[in-house]
Amino acid sequence: MKGNNKVLLEIVGLRKTYGARPVLDDINLSIHKGEVVVVLGSSGCGKSTLLRCLNGLESIQGGDIKLSGKSLTDKNVNWQEVRQQIGMVFQNYDLFPHMTVMENILLGPSKVQKRAEKEVMEQASQLLDRVGLLNRKDDYPRQLSGGQKQRIAIVRALCMNPEIMLFDEVTAALDPEMVREVLDVILGLAKQGMTMVIVTHEMGFAKAVADCIVFIDAGKICEIAEPDEFFSNPKTERARQFLNIFQY
Amino acid sequence: MLSSGINVLFEGSNMQRLLGGLLITAQIAFISIIISSLLGIVVGLMMTLKSRVLQFVFRFYLEAFRIIPILVWLFFVYFGVTNMLDIHLDGEIVAVVVFSLWGAAEMGDIVRGALESLPKHQMESGKALGLSFWQLYRFVLIPQAVRRMLPGAINLSTRMVKTTSLVVMIGVIDVVKVGQQIIERSIIDFPAASFWIYGLIFILYFIICYPLSILSKKMEMKWES
Repeated sequence: MKGNNKVLLEIVGLRKTYGARPVLDDINLSIHKGEVVVVLGSSGCGKSTLLRCLNGLESIQGGDIKLSGKSLTDKNVNWQEVRQQIGMVFQNYDLFPHMTVMENILLGPSKVQKRAEKEVMEQASQLLDRVGLLNRKDDYPRQLSGGQKQRIAIVRALCMNPEIMLFDEVTAALDPEMVREVLDVILGLAKQGMTMVIVTHEMGFAKAVADCIVFIDAGKICEIAEPDEFFSNPKTERARQFLNIFQY
Repeated sequence: MLSSGINVLFEGSNMQRLLGGLLITAQIAFISIIISSLLGIVVGLMMTLKSRVLQFVFRFYLEAFRIIPILVWLFFVYFGVTNMLDIHLDGEIVAVVVFSLWGAAEMGDIVRGALESLPKHQMESGKALGLSFWQLYRFVLIPQAVRRMLPGAINLSTRMVKTTSLVVMIGVIDVVKVGQQIIERSIIDFPAASFWIYGLIFILYFIICYPLSILSKKMEMKWES
């Protein structure tokens, strides 16, 4: 745990319901600067919804989320500003199909942040180079493989210089052969000290990248533990059952 | 004899008059198409907003033009509305107004359909980048929707060109009306006048509408590659 660092994102008693049905209930979690939190749980347990709540794609019905101490449930919260600090990458590598790779990456920094094109282009080129895709900068998304698209989507989010990155099952839609190249990029980010919340089903990866594992079951946090401990000696019966499914 | 009848096209100023009529037809059609396209984007955008009131209003607007014949709309505005407001409106103006309103309704529905057919996560990943509502539409959604709505929009445009032939009913002298006038005057000298005059009009409509089809094919091909 990197508990000495300051708390970047704090979730207090978060509750989310669809109609009368609770999806997330009483979620409490503090994410420190530089910390990598991996959220695990079976399908439909609410882990993706939790991520979506964090950058306002879903409304919440109770509790609070604080980014650097500022409440995101405040009526006057400017989501456009908040979202510049919270990068998100989705399962379906949602690049904009009518734009080239470079245009995809430049859109946010130039239109939202109004940064100079030259400066952004330099940063984008560096990032693209780091994920090994600089030579594809003028291609359209349809010319790329799933793994390549997902790496571009990560670069697109990084180019906004976010404080924290959210990854929502980013390898779930990928061909197994391409999972590795994407996970390597995320692991690289972790080594550089990027704060991240990752939802994944890749247990080996979770163990390697996480500073902290959060196990969610039926909309509630069931267990928070360090990865070694969680995988070798889970405290709750539900977590034990969950891990059994992944081990043949 | 058919072969001798073709001269009717070149008798006096017949050809000039027919082309003059064609210009009126083309004017009404193209001005209406341009207004419809611009208004249609606005209407379509508003139809995708999750406001019940807006949805009801635009649904009603669209159905009003789908259910009621355009001819009735033309009569209603040309005779009815002008009478009620005690003003005089030129037939051409009325035609442009009615066709634009009709086109905007239909175009709005096409735009709505195209926007709604876009994957939901396109909007979400745009939002996640911090794009504002307008930026989201301008840079992400509308450029993609335009590609999807093109076939429908071109189809509507050709339908609008064709439907302009109704404007004779409110006293506008379009290409069809000019044709009728020429036929009535020349039928004694040229018994086959109907064939040649309407034959020419047939081709003239083709000449206006066909480039639209070609344009849409070209644009689709360009976006494919």
